[in-house]
Amino acid sequence: MARALINVPAKAKRGEIVEVKVLISHPMETGFRMGPDGKFIQREILKSFACTYDGEAVFSADLHPAMSANPFFAFNMVASQSGVVTFSWTDDKDQTQVQTAKIDVE
Amino acid sequence: MSWRARGLALALLGLAGAVGARADIPAGERKSGALFMSKQTQAMQADDTANPGMLAAAEGEGLWNASPAPGGKSCAQCHGAAETAMKGVAARYPAVHEASGRVVDLDGRINVCRQEKQNASPLARESRELLALSAYVGLQSRGLAVAPPDDARLAAARERGRALWETRMGQLNFSCAQCHDDNWGKHLGSAPIPQAHANAYPIYRLEWQGMGSLQRRLRNCMSGVRGEPFALGSPEFIDLEAFLAARAQGMPVETPGVRP
Repeated sequence: MARALINVPAKAKRGEIVEVKVLISHPMETGFRMGPDGKFIQREILKSFACTYDGEAVFSADLHPAMSANPFFAFNMVASQSGVVTFSWTDDKDQTQVQTAKIDVE
Repeated sequence: MSWRARGLALALLGLAGAVGARADIPAGERKSGALFMSKQTQAMQADDTANPGMLAAAEGEGLWNASPAPGGKSCAQCHGAAETAMKGVAARYPAVHEASGRVVDLDGRINVCRQEKQNASPLARESRELLALSAYVGLQSRGLAVAPPDDARLAAARERGRALWETRMGQLNFSCAQCHDDNWGKHLGSAPIPQAHANAYPIYRLEWQGMGSLQRRLRNCMSGVRGEPFALGSPEFIDLEAFLAARAQGMPVETPGVRP
């Protein structure tokens, strides 16, 4: 199952500013909505999202119930060296998912 | 009032009658629903890395290549790569299923395959899996023109669909045509009234926070006019889909569309 669509340029020049885009498949259920039975639907959101580049944190965010389903992050970073960009996100139950992408810097 | 003035008044009445009568949108004036959206929503649809419908399509790709039931073949085992085998397929539906002679829409056709070829149970309408598969199949027709088949057996369905399109429904007593043929481009509250062309389904609708089929969208409008919506997969909806496909003939497919 598709968990996330991650877009990191495969190649970049040293010092180039590149855009990183991440679209995560997640319902982001607020916990404030009622189902057809009149009972509240249990909250199910992502709490946090973080991105590291060769072990160094380059972006992180805290998420809250008012955020839309399938959260989308787009941010820039400086391509300093070839390496692995790691994305991780953690849900309400403290379960973390990790995906990685490689970037080649010339 | 002179005879001349009386004649003019009658002529004006006649004109009002002509304007009030329903007319199809001329081919040159047809506009996709995407053009009624904000620039931001248009950009979201245009960028595959930002379009949430692509999550469904990616999930559909996984389902295409997976066996749905023990002993059942995957879609790919019969059809091969979707990029070639499914190119232009979604643009043709609804179509006649030759073996049964029934008119089926794309979701219905996927379920026919599941039951007859894949040894699997049909997927529920609006289920995550069915929307993912139809989004993935639909994606293979993106950019191609909506091309309903020239089949006499579909003509009857289209006519029934047109009749439904023009039938007033619900407590508000509106037909589809009264908004989408006669008053498109105006506003209903703050929302623009689009021409309602079915060229981007299944769509990711921001209001739904998820994917939905054309039938879900039609049910949405029916409850909007305080009517009792037809059931998902009902013959009425297939007829309406057949009519809408003919109405959008030649317009480029946008699947998976994003709508507000």
